[in-house]
Amino acid sequence: MATDTALDAHEHHTPTGWRRWLMSTNHKDIGTLYLFFAIFAGFVGGAISMGMRIELAEPGMQFFPWIAEYIQGADDPVDAGKHLFNVFTTAHGLIMVFFMVMPAVIGGFGNWFVPLMIGAPDMAFPRMNNISFWLVPPAFCLLVISMFVDGPSGYTGTGGGWTIYPPLSTTGQPGPAMDFAILALHLAGAASILGAINFITTIFNMRAPGMTLHKMPLFVWSMLVTAFLLLLSMPVLAGAITMLLTDRNFGTAFFDPSGGGDPILFQHLFWFFGHPEVYIMILPAFGIVSQVVSTFSKKPVFGYMAMAYAMAAIGFVGFIVWAHHMYTVGMDVDTQAYFVFATMVIAVPTGVKIFSWIATMWGGSVEFRVPMLWAIGFIFVFTVGGVTGVVLANAASDRIMHDTYYVVAHFHYVLSLGAVFGIFAGWYYWFPKMFGYMYSETIGRIHFIVTMIGVNLLFFPQHFLGLAGMPRRYVDYPDVYAGWNMVSSIGGYISYGAAIIFIYGVIKAFRDKVPAGDNPWGEYADTLEWTLPSPPPFHQFNTLPKIK
Amino acid sequence: MMNHSKNINNFVWRKLSGFFLLIAGLLSASAAFAGENDFGIASEWQWDTQAPATDMMANMISFHNLTLWIIGAVVVFVSALLLIVIFKYNAKANPIPAKFTHNTFIEIAWTVVPIMILVVIAIPSFDLLYKQRVIPPADFTIKATGNQWFWTYEYPDHGDLSFDSVMIPEAELKEGQPRLLAVDNEIIVPINKTVRLIVTASDVLHAWTIPSFGVKIDAVPGRLNEAWFKANREGIYYGQCSELCGKDHAFMPIAVRVVSDAEFAKWLVEAKIKFAATPSLQNVKVASISAAE
Repeated sequence: MATDTALDAHEHHTPTGWRRWLMSTNHKDIGTLYLFFAIFAGFVGGAISMGMRIELAEPGMQFFPWIAEYIQGADDPVDAGKHLFNVFTTAHGLIMVFFMVMPAVIGGFGNWFVPLMIGAPDMAFPRMNNISFWLVPPAFCLLVISMFVDGPSGYTGTGGGWTIYPPLSTTGQPGPAMDFAILALHLAGAASILGAINFITTIFNMRAPGMTLHKMPLFVWSMLVTAFLLLLSMPVLAGAITMLLTDRNFGTAFFDPSGGGDPILFQHLFWFFGHPEVYIMILPAFGIVSQVVSTFSKKPVFGYMAMAYAMAAIGFVGFIVWAHHMYTVGMDVDTQAYFVFATMVIAVPTGVKIFSWIATMWGGSVEFRVPMLWAIGFIFVFTVGGVTGVVLANAASDRIMHDTYYVVAHFHYVLSLGAVFGIFAGWYYWFPKMFGYMYSETIGRIHFIVTMIGVNLLFFPQHFLGLAGMPRRYVDYPDVYAGWNMVSSIGGYISYGAAIIFIYGVIKAFRDKVPAGDNPWGEYADTLEWTLPSPPPFHQFNTLPKIK
Repeated sequence: MMNHSKNINNFVWRKLSGFFLLIAGLLSASAAFAGENDFGIASEWQWDTQAPATDMMANMISFHNLTLWIIGAVVVFVSALLLIVIFKYNAKANPIPAKFTHNTFIEIAWTVVPIMILVVIAIPSFDLLYKQRVIPPADFTIKATGNQWFWTYEYPDHGDLSFDSVMIPEAELKEGQPRLLAVDNEIIVPINKTVRLIVTASDVLHAWTIPSFGVKIDAVPGRLNEAWFKANREGIYYGQCSELCGKDHAFMPIAVRVVSDAEFAKWLVEAKIKFAATPSLQNVKVASISAAE
């Protein structure tokens, strides 16, 4: 490039072929890798959930014994099928959390747009960025391997749920499958910690002149809070699963009561990570929705400071509510009361965000382009998932719903719908910027509408099942629950169909090659990435932009 | 009678909440089934909680109805605002966007009003929580032990009475026994007696629950958890293991039969004779494990 000095010219060559991707230190290429990895993992995790919905469409066991008999070649297909179902629920949870949502929002959009939005040439530690990504596929491979090695005696794969509570994850599954899963989490966790360090350093040190913290786009704010949550919570998970590993293999008894340990200790450690983890998944979606809502309402974000600090507040309070996942473990009543109180507090900053988005649209001149459809859809489904969270926050009524499908419905509304709607909003919003092509507006709209119908049909009836008492992680259920399960399964098939429409739209966009231009969204897309060409040059901001 | 009016009250609540959800456009016509369920088991297309068989569960349902009204109102309110935006502030209807980004009054309002709503929820919530978890003086105790994959029950206040409770396989079900719920030996308790439950596990985590009683408590190895119930209606009540415990997690149900005092006394006599002669599966399991070691 013309502006390069001779000194760093040799570092600015553009690698090609496999070197460009495997050895990449470029935040945009790494972001692209993360995004396509997330799409791939999403399809795997989705296919696994389709297996579960096929099984649960009707009472009785049909699908899993069939797989066990004809694909696994099990001697006792019914029992093998029961275990296989647990393997599927475990794999679905872990894949969707660690290999779909997190790589998409943090690794994908975070890598792509944090440097662009703050006017930085790249991430602070480009080589660490490379290893952050390249730890993820091996982690995924370890998880897949765990499905094919011995778990509980006689069966393969780990069926302990994504929460891997001991003793089921220790004495309950003596085979190496659980060890593989633990190592998969270790690798994915290490990748996340490295990524978090990178984001925090980048955001604190590499903002362009004039880009004060209080001028940063809300998406960058969301990534900053998310990175802190990752940095503080992931090591706790790492500690907990290391203790699990030594309990399993080296004779320690951290979680084994016969050696003076406590299974509940693991739950405290797990959820000390696990609750911030749900905010790690949803906060970046908050950031994306803020950008999209503002752009397409043609108005600046309403209450910017409140929006930024609401995220910080959610992040902080998110660390002190973990035991609301544990109301039935037999905690002291005063402890339960504290966690009820702290959990309900989160509803306040969350409400501020919902209302601020609506206030941003209020009085605006709203254009319902595809990203905006997803953002509005997000506000609706996140509200539904949020309010059922308030119900579950109350230990007194959670007693009915704990470990039932009501909980499944709740967290799928905030994650499978909320976070995923945020991801799609970001995908359609930034697709023209990332790849230089416009997506098909028609396909995008169809994708949105079919998804909206599918996921609501899939998850709304699960509230009813939960209230009626159907426990989660059940391969077979009493016949009375058949009706809503069938509805739910039909919704599931529609949702998976919508994902195929999505892929068709992506392929079509790359085939049609409709040029997007630098800024297809107009003057209200006013963050720095829109000042660059689409796609941006391999290295941007060689001369740092000045922010007024 | 007090109980009667409470039931009617409950029924009205259920109907109203059903109506409300319909307004929200969130429900199909099947809502009509609600409130007509049998006790102790869900009914087809049921969309709300199972009918209560303890005063505690009735209170929990009332509390849940309160929260359901509130969250329903919130969802309707937010949806209405979104609809106004869609119809009033779309680019065609409103080509020139406003510029405002602040409004102190409304920002305070949407912080304070949710806090007040949460206080309205929190007061009955804490009240109910302490009622649940402060265990009243009990008439007698039952100890439940979760095993892979059946329950062992002991009646320590009634001599050595102890027995296993195993799901009846589909092929052996008798007329009227629900699949996946019926067990060979039910827990038998007398009506209107406060029963204290001591719950633990012998291998991995399990959870003991009867939805109609409003009781759910984890069974944890090495720990004695406590819960209680006072059933106010005779009948049979089913629950299912509610903490993932391995392969047969879905196949270790819980069944409690609430009977009159006289029937309970009669059962005790018979049960002591019957179960004295039956070795516990748990002992068989422990013996086989220690033999293997």
